[in-house]
Amino acid sequence: MRLTCPLCGVRDIREFTYLGSAKLLERPAGDAGAAVFHDYVHLRDNPAGANRELWYHGMGCCAWLHVVRDTRDHTVLDVRLAQEDPA
Amino acid sequence: MTYNVWQVIREGLRGQTGWTPVWRNPTPKPAYDVIVIGGGGHGLATAYYLAKNHGITNVAVLERGYLGGGNVGRNTTIVRANYHIDGNTEFYSHALKLWEGLEQDLNYNAMMSQRGVINLAHSDGQMDFYARRGNIIRMQGDDAELLDRAAVRRAYPYLNHQDPRFPIYGGLLQRRGGTARHDAVAWGFARGADQRGVDLIQNCEVTGFRIEQGVVKGVETSRGYIAAGKVGMAVAGRTSQVGAMAGLRLPIESHVLQAFVSEGLKPILPGVVTFGMGHFYISQSDKGGLVFGGDLDFYNSYAARGNLPMLEHVVEAGMALMPMLGKARMLRSWGGIMDMSMDGSPIIDRTPVEGLYLNGGWCYGGFKATPASGWCFAHLLATGTHSEHATKFLLNRFETGHVIDEEGTGAQPNRH
Repeated sequence: MRLTCPLCGVRDIREFTYLGSAKLLERPAGDAGAAVFHDYVHLRDNPAGANRELWYHGMGCCAWLHVVRDTRDHTVLDVRLAQEDPA
Repeated sequence: MTYNVWQVIREGLRGQTGWTPVWRNPTPKPAYDVIVIGGGGHGLATAYYLAKNHGITNVAVLERGYLGGGNVGRNTTIVRANYHIDGNTEFYSHALKLWEGLEQDLNYNAMMSQRGVINLAHSDGQMDFYARRGNIIRMQGDDAELLDRAAVRRAYPYLNHQDPRFPIYGGLLQRRGGTARHDAVAWGFARGADQRGVDLIQNCEVTGFRIEQGVVKGVETSRGYIAAGKVGMAVAGRTSQVGAMAGLRLPIESHVLQAFVSEGLKPILPGVVTFGMGHFYISQSDKGGLVFGGDLDFYNSYAARGNLPMLEHVVEAGMALMPMLGKARMLRSWGGIMDMSMDGSPIIDRTPVEGLYLNGGWCYGGFKATPASGWCFAHLLATGTHSEHATKFLLNRFETGHVIDEEGTGAQPNRH
């Protein structure tokens, strides 16, 4: 598996670290309440198909990437900088 | 039909021509008291204990593919009860006791082999931790034995005992742990359930739930609608998808875990060994193949196959622990889809939909739990109350903060 980093080009998967669902970018406001934070921290859509997720290019440019990847066959559908495309 | 040694001898002389199919292949009835979704180890065990412990035999197990074709056929067959957190300890203790009597109970050879499971320690701190964990396991009523360096070396001479970077200080041994033949476990439960009247329905995919005013009435399947009084999901790996059909969002991610097996070798490993300085574990099958595995691939996946960097990582850990591994040829590798929960522990509980019950989130500990999972899920389905062995695997524990985080890694499913 390889990811095409917008800054570095096509790179081996070993240069990246996986964090999890890109929903982690959408942190609720501090006073949103326990139910909202429970959803944010614990609940996941976990799709069999296109999954929005966060990868960190630690052995490259150290950018956080927002990747859309098909979880059924690992096809990478889209890679953007998380900074520029938080949603 | 009860199996016995005389049949084996007779069939050996008759060219194995007298065996009959082990279970029926029924067409689904329009309605059942209980439907169990998922014909894997846990679903079949649930049906078996529903019939055996609770006398509920108007039960169907619905399986999308074939019986035992999922994770029960894709694991490394290890059985152990060496947990150290309340909730887990009593549950896996019960599981190990069930394993010990399983073959007699099922009248089926599951090749249960109590060859021992040893966790290696590589530092003073790890030895202290294992001493504590061993005490917890013994207080639970199971066995644990702290071995020193010399004792480990006597039992496992082929490990790297001269490694200056990861010296082996000792290990925590559980002699009652070991391995079992995974397929036979599924087949044994299937046969036992079938004999008690449970309908095992294969090639029957659940495509939706019929829910009226918050109460489940039945399931839509690829073979038509089937009504049910209660429905239990035992579909680990696909829990999120099946749950979504009932409107559930769950604290689960699906990840791929790889495993590997070498060519057959002469006996070199008497039991199961886990490496304490990396995620690596290894045992030797009765055929002689070395069966080993390591970490998840770390990213969400339903592909049931992994990538090469994790293979490299696992093999590096294996070479550090057991350099002779480099001389063996690797035959096969495969991946299983793990229901990784947010605290690394399973869920056996009701759901917000009345009559719909959830068994999932087994992470990579599902196989050893199989009999107890079925036992406790059947108890919940039959009585509506939690079995005394599984009172803490609650769906809402993440909300209330009563998580069972054995590894202490927090809400990071790929780190458990």
